[in-house]
Amino acid sequence: MILIKNGTVVDPANQIHGKFDVLIDNGKIIRVGRALKAPRASVINAAQQIVAPGFIDMHVHLREPGREDVETVQSGTAAAAAGGFTAVMAMPNTQPVNDDATVTRFILDRARESGVVTVLPCGAITAGSQGEVLSEIGEMVKAGAVAISDDGRPVMNAQVMRRALEYSKIFDIPVVDHCEDQALAAAGVMNEGYHSTRLGLRGMSSAAEEVPVARDVILAKVTGARVHIAHVSTRGAIQSIREAKRNGISITAEATPHHFTLTDEAVSHYDTHTKMNPPLRSADDVAAVIEGLADGTIDCIASDHAPHTLEDKMLEYDQAPFGIIGLETAVSLALDRLVRSGCLSIVRLVELMSLAPARLLKLPSKGALSPGYDADITILDVRRTVKVDVRRFRSKGRNTPFNGWELRGAPVMTIVQGKVVWAAEAHDAGGLAGDGLPMVVDDSNMK
Amino acid sequence: MTRHTFTPLPAIGYVWENGKYLNDESACANIQTPFRFMKIKRQVMTGEGIDLALSRIAAEVLESHQGQLDNLAIIGIRRRGVFLGQRLAQRIEAAAKRTILTGILDITLYRDDLTTISTWPLLRETLIEFSIEGKSLILVDDVLYTGRTIRAALDGLIDMGRPRRVQLAVLVDRGHRELPIQAEYVGRFVETSDDEIVEVRLAELDNEERVVVVEQKKAGDDA
Amino acid sequence: MGLRNKHLLGIAELTVKEINQILDTAQSFKQVATRPIKKVPTLRGKTVINLFFEASTRTRASFELAEKRLSADTLNFAVSTSSVTKGESLVDTAKNLESMSPSIIVIRHGSSGAPHILADICKASVVNAGDGMHEHPTQALLDAFTVRTRKGSIAGLKVAIIGDLAHSRVARSGALIFSKLGANVIACGPPTLIPPDFARLGAAVSYHIDEAVSNADVVMMLRVQRERQQEAFFPSQREYFDLYGLTRARMRLAKPDAIVMHPGPMNRGVEIASEVADGPDSVILEQVSNGIAVRMSVLYLVAAAHASEDISQ
Repeated sequence: MILIKNGTVVDPANQIHGKFDVLIDNGKIIRVGRALKAPRASVINAAQQIVAPGFIDMHVHLREPGREDVETVQSGTAAAAAGGFTAVMAMPNTQPVNDDATVTRFILDRARESGVVTVLPCGAITAGSQGEVLSEIGEMVKAGAVAISDDGRPVMNAQVMRRALEYSKIFDIPVVDHCEDQALAAAGVMNEGYHSTRLGLRGMSSAAEEVPVARDVILAKVTGARVHIAHVSTRGAIQSIREAKRNGISITAEATPHHFTLTDEAVSHYDTHTKMNPPLRSADDVAAVIEGLADGTIDCIASDHAPHTLEDKMLEYDQAPFGIIGLETAVSLALDRLVRSGCLSIVRLVELMSLAPARLLKLPSKGALSPGYDADITILDVRRTVKVDVRRFRSKGRNTPFNGWELRGAPVMTIVQGKVVWAAEAHDAGGLAGDGLPMVVDDSNMK
Repeated sequence: MTRHTFTPLPAIGYVWENGKYLNDESACANIQTPFRFMKIKRQVMTGEGIDLALSRIAAEVLESHQGQLDNLAIIGIRRRGVFLGQRLAQRIEAAAKRTILTGILDITLYRDDLTTISTWPLLRETLIEFSIEGKSLILVDDVLYTGRTIRAALDGLIDMGRPRRVQLAVLVDRGHRELPIQAEYVGRFVETSDDEIVEVRLAELDNEERVVVVEQKKAGDDA
Repeated sequence: MGLRNKHLLGIAELTVKEINQILDTAQSFKQVATRPIKKVPTLRGKTVINLFFEASTRTRASFELAEKRLSADTLNFAVSTSSVTKGESLVDTAKNLESMSPSIIVIRHGSSGAPHILADICKASVVNAGDGMHEHPTQALLDAFTVRTRKGSIAGLKVAIIGDLAHSRVARSGALIFSKLGANVIACGPPTLIPPDFARLGAAVSYHIDEAVSNADVVMMLRVQRERQQEAFFPSQREYFDLYGLTRARMRLAKPDAIVMHPGPMNRGVEIASEVADGPDSVILEQVSNGIAVRMSVLYLVAAAHASEDISQ
């Protein structure tokens, strides 16, 4: 039994935003109320901190099975915990691809053995993500898959996509689409614009993202299935989604922290830690992403955590793989660049990072602090200053463009089903602890 | 290194004289010792002295090249040797009533200290628009000191052809040779110590005509 | 005095003063080439590595000759002879070369930014001899040198750069250097081969060669690779030549004393007619001989910048 006292509880689902205590027992929320008493409980003093339903990152590459040298379920979920996430959705582009139930079960087995936070597998739309034949979606859903996606190798054939959307309606799961028209992307390695011209790197036109987003909007309308646009990054794509939502089409979207913090100018020194797909876009696109997050066009923030070895990243810019890690920087980037800057309220942020993904993935007892729900809790300190230091990352990946950044606002504790899986220590702040003290845990028998 | 302790120096190589900096960059263009400044110790030649010395050298050259002026060419070493060479040629031309071949030699590419100095000199053009093959050359420089500049100049010349003979004319020979090099024509011998610098100041670059000995002091010794 | 940076990675990083110093110094080196002994001892005892990941005859030959005339010890690493073909990464190759303590590494690479990676990890000065579609700074410098030699100065001249601007490093470096030196640069090609915002590199953009060539002082043609046709950038070489080929008739639109340049190798009959390439306005061979002097100048100045960095540390 744990009693979290004196925190500012932010629980958008229950319209709670204020000083409350949270009592949890047996891995479940017992109640949220004022001046709760529980003599036998361990007490966590959360004064001056935000207590929120556990954050969910619905776009993570755990790399297991296949590339355990890059990341494992264990290291990836440890990174998630240290980043304030209580659940992650594991994208299916592993080796082998998670396109049948045995792989889904393997991932869940690994999560049970070594996972630090909840792992939610995402199945492939098509066999081997080849874009041709549907995978056995029903089997995977039965095994525990919560969504389907051919992330990274998007379904180019509109008819196959239409069939997949129709088929997904049996299970009422979202179809997560990485929108990239590969012909239009033309083997680009960064955003097409002045900077790609200047740097002599092949550009990926924003049209390469916007054309398939427009296609998906139409297909969502035709089929009535649930389309979720992964890592939306251009103003045009966001505008399409906004209009579609206005017209009542069942479409949702996510955005990544790098797409609301960095522009394509960051590529200037050919640092491959700025290479990801979709690429960093223009300043106008960054503004559009922030607008979309604020006005509800974009439903959630997901990291697109994509670890690579440094050897793989230490290549020529056009040779290096796409992707950066994000689990351990996402929350601080959002707190600093969205909440502290005044673009979003803390309530909206909790919605984006907890409630929305829980509802999208139809997770029955996550995303809120309602009695009987899973005791998944993220505690934040908005005044804590951290300096990003890749050497301290739990992830095996080191490929981030944010190393050395000083950010204000950080997770300080992660509780998964009533268990404290991670708590910040003084040194985690990189010697830059703000005036809010790191979490004090009153009772040692809490473990 | 003491360089950072001496901040008021406005730029590399400026000369300190009479309590102020001579803000004429050309006044110290020869000086390759950054972060030091100089005080004039004594004057060793006046403008008239320079004139007289050049006239005497011209007469000596004429005498030793009687009947061979066709083959004579005067090569000035950048920078001050160029102006001294031109003046010398003019004097010879006036006396012999004929033109004399002249050229300009930049020795930068032949310096032997490029691996030890931090500020490589600006490369300037070598302008010798005739073949030096078989010519009798007179190299002209302002001060003969270690002999290393002349060594570099000889290497540079020989890469351009095979002159019949190369002689050296300098305004000042200050001793302290580090190589077996001697000048045929010397304006004046000046006794110096190792920590002194001989500066030839010419109207073309320095707005004055005289030769001075300046003291080389380490930065920060006094200020 | 001198270059601020010991590497030459691109024209973008150079100031006008630095560009002029490289050109002035090249003038001095041009004199060396007129002598019976075309060699100076300046870089004696220094090692220069030519690291060529892309086939190149003229650029490599030009660099090699420049290095030899400066008395450097040169070492050639070409793709076919190095372990790159065995899958060794650029970083590993660079670390291996670094252990040979070179003073300068000259690199040609198919990936934009490869010289920047090298500059980050090597103590040697890095000279970019062409990287991907990014820059080819020594080509631009020798082009500017050639124009300056012919025209006296560059400011105010109309310079037309015509062809495949999208895939050309020569176009980028050229637009940058001529606009920095005050020329009116006009870049011309089919819209499919003009990358977005090319104008921000300092060039006006036109789709019509007659407009570009009209009244031009300098016409610089770019090589158009045949494979671009397969990638649907233009329908055929015949139509390309019809719309963008430099012919004698078109040259009549330029100033009477206009010069024609080409970085080579030329596709005669695709971007340039033979009668123009070999005609009286062509300075193409002059570009080649100026290339050696310009590269000697670059090597001298980066070595000088390297020396100043070494000793001040």
